[in-house]
Amino acid sequence: MRQIAFLFALIAGLLASPAWAQEFPELTGRVVDNAELLAPAEEQRLAQELEALETQSRRQLVVVTIPNLQGYDIADYGYQLGREWGIGDAERNDGALLIVAPNERKVRIEVGYGLEGILTDALSALIIQNQILPRFRDGDMAGGILAGANAIAQQLALPEDEARQVAQQAAEQQAGEGGVPIGGLIWFAFIFFFFILPMLRGGRNYRRGGAGGLVRDIILWEAGKAIARGAGDGSSWGGGGSFGGGGGFSGGGGSFGGGGASGGW
Amino acid sequence: MTFPPAHRFVFKSVFVAMASLALAACGINSVPAAEENAKAKWADVEAQFQRRANLIPNLVEVAQGAAENERAILTEVTEARARATGITVDASELGDADQMAEFAAAQGQLGQGLGRLLASFEAYPQIQSNQNYLALQSQLEGTENRIAVAIRDYNEAVRQYNTTIRTFPDTIGANIIHGAEPMVPYKAVTEGAEVAPTIDMTSN
Repeated sequence: MRQIAFLFALIAGLLASPAWAQEFPELTGRVVDNAELLAPAEEQRLAQELEALETQSRRQLVVVTIPNLQGYDIADYGYQLGREWGIGDAERNDGALLIVAPNERKVRIEVGYGLEGILTDALSALIIQNQILPRFRDGDMAGGILAGANAIAQQLALPEDEARQVAQQAAEQQAGEGGVPIGGLIWFAFIFFFFILPMLRGGRNYRRGGAGGLVRDIILWEAGKAIARGAGDGSSWGGGGSFGGGGGFSGGGGSFGGGGASGGW
Repeated sequence: MTFPPAHRFVFKSVFVAMASLALAACGINSVPAAEENAKAKWADVEAQFQRRANLIPNLVEVAQGAAENERAILTEVTEARARATGITVDASELGDADQMAEFAAAQGQLGQGLGRLLASFEAYPQIQSNQNYLALQSQLEGTENRIAVAIRDYNEAVRQYNTTIRTFPDTIGANIIHGAEPMVPYKAVTEGAEVAPTIDMTSN
């Protein structure tokens, strides 16, 4: 009996995953105004601007206001929030956040790995110092947020020729999505020739048996798994995560490493 | 036992699948994966420390002339930088607690020196108003922040790796096949030494 109890404890231990105590707000759109600093009209306009930025440059910028940092430093909170939401593309990591915590009187620009060279720490600090903080000190929260978001968006927007290239690529990718998934085809052919066909033949060739056959089978199995993985990767890459035409908005799996700048007022 | 050939094949493929899964479950793949992850995270930590070290010459240049009185602390920081960049921990030696402690001590010293240097600059309006200095300040701040993130990611990767090699069933593969040794997390020598200069951008 005790052994069984031990076994259950063991299994429970194996299944337990490290619990993250920190809770994050829900990603409801490009503007997450949980601290109610923006008027609905302003919020809508800002969201449209941010959407335009993403169409133009594929880069995601999200503005978020938070009533409570739960005792975390804003820099600490910011990068974890960015990772949790996965703002930016998973490969390019080109997301950025503008975080405002009015009760802690802190503001932060959090920059994804891939944008650290474009939206540098120094530039982020300048935007905070010159665009955001003066307005916040005057009590104009909405104005500061809009001015800051505009300045960031301006820096993240691509020059005309590059933007055209991006648009073209996006169009090609969408056209390509309708095509035949090559990886999947290879995988099916593989299954068919090596598993289904021999099975249909009644296993004549498999009667050799012995260790050699087993080793070969394992190798084949692993190879099949590898191909399946490859095919899976291919299809998720084509999806692109966030470019769905619907009303919803989601991050593309981008990651953050603490780039950006903070300020307080 | 005699089965029709087709059935035998089905049994055998099920067996093969099970054997493959069982092998994969005992750490053949997961142990090296966790190890490589931790090593990669360590490379990030070193890269961020290097980034901080690279900023220091610029800082010294800005300060020179403007702050004659702070020459002693400037030299101290420069020396601490030389010591800190001289000590590296190779990715294959992440299990060496002594070397890790030495590395952390050197970086901690540099961080503290930097913190004091930046604090001493508060008294010099000509430095405070220097545009290069303001840019450097935000870069240093960002770098300290990145160091903190990189260290936390590394420690989390080490925790995962150490858990992997010590828990069933991965521990079988870890001991028999890989001979895996636990790694050492990065510990700041003094409390908060790895987040040394917190620069208040608001007071000016």
